[in-house]
Amino acid sequence: MSLDKEAVGRIAHLARLGVDAGEFESYASNLSAILAFVEQLEQVDTEGVAPLAHPLDACQRLRPDEVTEADCRDQFQQIAPRVEAGLYLVPKVIE
Amino acid sequence: MFQKTISELAAGLRGNEYSSEELTRCFLERIERFDGQLNCLITLSAEQALSEAREADRRLRAGDAGPLTGIPYLHKDIFCTQGVRTSCGSRMLDNFIAPYDATVSEKLKAAGAVMLGKTNMDEFAMGSSNETSFYGPVKNPWDTQRVPGGSSGGSAAAVAARLAPLATGTDTGGSIRQPAALCGITGIKPTYGRVSRYGMIAFASSLDQGGAFAASAADAAALLQAMSGFDPRDSTSLERPLEDYSAELERDLAGLTIGLPKEYFGDGLDAGVAAAVAAAVEEYRRLGAEIRDISLPNAALSVPAYYVVAPAECSSNLSRMDGVRFGYRCENPRDLEDLYVRSRGEGFGAEVKRRILVGTYALSAGYYDAYYLKAQQVRRLIRDDFTRAFSEVDVILSPTAPAPAFRLGEKAGDPVSMYLSDIYTIAVNLAGLPALSIPAGFVDGLPVGLQLIGNYFAEGRLLNVAHRYQQVTDWHRRLPAGFAD
Amino acid sequence: MQWEAVIGLEIHAQLATRSKIFSGAPTAYGAAPNTQACAVDLGLPGVLPVLNAEVVRMAAKFGLATHSTVAPRSVFARKNYFYPDLPKGYQISQFELPVVHGGYLDIDLEDGGSKRIGITRAHLEEDAGKSLHEDFHGETGIDLNRAGTPLLEIVSEPDMRSAAEAVAYMKKIHALVRYLEICDGNMQEGSFRCDANVSVRPLGQAEFGTRAEIKNINSFRFVERAINYEIERQIDRLEGGGEIVQETRLYDADKNETRPMRSKEEANDYRYFPDPDLLPLEIDAAFIEQVAASLPELPDARRDRFGAEYGLSRYDAGVLTASRELADFFEQTVQAAGGEGKLAANWVMGELAGQLNKEGRDITASPVGAQQLGGLLRRISDGTISGKIAKQVFEAMWAGEGDADTVIAAKGLEQITDSGAIEQAVREVLAANPTQVEQYQGGQEKLLGYFVGQVMKATQGKANPGEVNKILKRLLAK
Repeated sequence: MSLDKEAVGRIAHLARLGVDAGEFESYASNLSAILAFVEQLEQVDTEGVAPLAHPLDACQRLRPDEVTEADCRDQFQQIAPRVEAGLYLVPKVIE
Repeated sequence: MFQKTISELAAGLRGNEYSSEELTRCFLERIERFDGQLNCLITLSAEQALSEAREADRRLRAGDAGPLTGIPYLHKDIFCTQGVRTSCGSRMLDNFIAPYDATVSEKLKAAGAVMLGKTNMDEFAMGSSNETSFYGPVKNPWDTQRVPGGSSGGSAAAVAARLAPLATGTDTGGSIRQPAALCGITGIKPTYGRVSRYGMIAFASSLDQGGAFAASAADAAALLQAMSGFDPRDSTSLERPLEDYSAELERDLAGLTIGLPKEYFGDGLDAGVAAAVAAAVEEYRRLGAEIRDISLPNAALSVPAYYVVAPAECSSNLSRMDGVRFGYRCENPRDLEDLYVRSRGEGFGAEVKRRILVGTYALSAGYYDAYYLKAQQVRRLIRDDFTRAFSEVDVILSPTAPAPAFRLGEKAGDPVSMYLSDIYTIAVNLAGLPALSIPAGFVDGLPVGLQLIGNYFAEGRLLNVAHRYQQVTDWHRRLPAGFAD
Repeated sequence: MQWEAVIGLEIHAQLATRSKIFSGAPTAYGAAPNTQACAVDLGLPGVLPVLNAEVVRMAAKFGLATHSTVAPRSVFARKNYFYPDLPKGYQISQFELPVVHGGYLDIDLEDGGSKRIGITRAHLEEDAGKSLHEDFHGETGIDLNRAGTPLLEIVSEPDMRSAAEAVAYMKKIHALVRYLEICDGNMQEGSFRCDANVSVRPLGQAEFGTRAEIKNINSFRFVERAINYEIERQIDRLEGGGEIVQETRLYDADKNETRPMRSKEEANDYRYFPDPDLLPLEIDAAFIEQVAASLPELPDARRDRFGAEYGLSRYDAGVLTASRELADFFEQTVQAAGGEGKLAANWVMGELAGQLNKEGRDITASPVGAQQLGGLLRRISDGTISGKIAKQVFEAMWAGEGDADTVIAAKGLEQITDSGAIEQAVREVLAANPTQVEQYQGGQEKLLGYFVGQVMKATQGKANPGEVNKILKRLLAK
């Protein structure tokens, strides 16, 4: 599968990733090369093979329903780019 | 002092031959003197280190010291450290000071180890050469025209140049073992889940695993011991008792069976590397091990499977870097879309963007089955290969990397050829197995790494097998010229 | 053309846990912004989710109560999209393998029949935060207190054919989650809300029409109005030769209309994949058994029992079991009254419900408790007071004048059963109404009621009506 510039644009939008106009070409060729490389997987017969999402056959451990976290808002918001009245600010969201 | 082993240093501290503060100053001076050439550190935390050292000295005097109390180390800049910047090698986190410690950071603090600073790395651990760091490439101390490997290149190069006796790393597809090999030191990645991932900034969650760098297996054992253990804050953390790694080190190798996977000795392997590995195999035979040929038939598929799974996970893991709650935010965003697109576009470097794009594509509607699901199926085949192999042998031996360190810039324009430098290390991550790399000779003055892969939870055995080899060889004691004094 | 609506609901029930689904931050409503959002809820770098045991137990309870399968193995998946109230850029949810699937619920219809509504699945997920659009110099403020609050998303089959059916189903689920004590059901605070998928098709056509999804409706009334509006809109559009676009719409209660959501305009590609930070959730038979043993009596079973045990109609039993609190109140009343289920039902659904309704109070906030009401009913059944006087007593009790016996004693409302005193009153009434006596004796026996009324009036309603009747008949017969 080779990707054209439009496809790169579509994916970049899905990932909310700014790509400079001048870089589309090189990303398209890089990504095409990577995809061509991973396409050798198509040759493998995986009929009936269960996907392995996790290396170990373990199951989820559960946490007791207890409140363990104290309010650290001030500390957390010290590293935030833009806050006011305890809220994180972003450009106007239109619903 | 900088050439001593960890147990020698610990004995010296306990015997009052020197204080932790003196020891810390010794390594801070080496950093001062050499890091200009190497660029191993992103953040030096000298003041904090000295204060930690003085605290360690108090503990030593009070008789409340563990094996690492007062011992300096460098911390990969992927582990969150409360109060000290954690950049992950990215402009995106250039201003990020975590309000919490990673579990590993907390454990090392509790052990009394002294953090000298945070080491350079490929951006978000995505790279095999340390060239993708926002803070510039790290140089290989054996030849500063060459890469140290990656992504934990700063940690590996720092230990190779003895800027610290120990360093932490993380390994998603070889990011501890490959730089350990290229820098001529010991690096171990334990079983997936052995070291907590809490506070370790995620690249590919099902593959990432923290581990240790040191000059020798015995030293690495001490660091890994302090980093490991069950963590209730990490759902994927192993809930089983931690073994005593140093207790196993001296175990005899008689009766050990070592498997040589034929797929790891084929085309593409540098002849010099092959010769060094062959010599190591002979050494093991002399140590009493039985050598067998084995096959891992799906080994070649590990790199393509990895380059679907890892980018897919990373594309999602890095979505939280959006300029809202922490990290880089673009100037004057026009609207919400612009805030996202520019903060992420300006905050991430080219390789990270490539992987986010590949991963987004692999997960997108219409492609999920062909890429992601297929890769996860192949992942099972790869794991099953190992399961079969470990029913026949105790340890698998191979080269760590197909060739010694390459030149800076050599593979920068060709992502796929860069990816192939991890061809022998990646399968281990897909399977979640423990593995380590130890120095096994030189080709044209550049170190060669030997990889040992163990069955699940066998890091103790691996360290033992590595240690016995290091007792009869001295590759791990060699220092790069220019850093030996 | 005759049209038929096809409706499916996705109900989000906030699970009533102390801490969040993947973190130890509190879930209490109404705290100052971002004071209940810990590092995990904020999605700061490196932090990891760990699943709350209580949400698993709650989901299993719901599954068992709806005849569903509680999956022995389910998987958490990431739903990827960018939105400022979604801190990680993905929501942890369940996709291919939900914790609960394949159940049903029977709803009662207005015509007295009942209908089975399929429950496709119920899955666990984390809630998002809130965007506040009030003026922050033209910017939007983000409060992440709600981020990470556990939700059970309950997805129905498209089995409903009218807004009324949809509301009946939603009310039934609402009652159920409160019976199960897994959700507080508070719709104002958003603890219970729904998305409605609505389409229309020509009556008799098998295929579904194109659907619109109406997001985030948080009251029964709005669900009814929004669906009715949407059905009308779609029919109008189709009859006008237009097409229905598959889209997400928002219900505007002020204007009573639905309109497309601009922010969700583009087709979303959520790129679901198993969350690598979480392992498969396994639920074993022993756990299911333990949860099954802990289940309370469920609304349908309780309704049937009320019918059998207290001789109530299915409708009355249904009303009384619509909420666990009401059903509990009723049964406590019956007990305090020493039986008398029918009498208690009439009072709970009549006088009590009327007063509560008038004052907009919930049954749990009734000034007259079940014990008190039972005490009043006891006085009716033992003849101390008449039903009519009881209403007076009830009003006094409601006003806080004490329990039934106190009010009766204080006001001297005890029934007159002394036949001498009643006879005296009867004689006085007859003496004062000679014309009516004559007419009665001339055959107009309907006048008996008039005499009873006069006697009751003279005794301020305290005379025992049976006794009054008996004496009247005896004296008039002369």
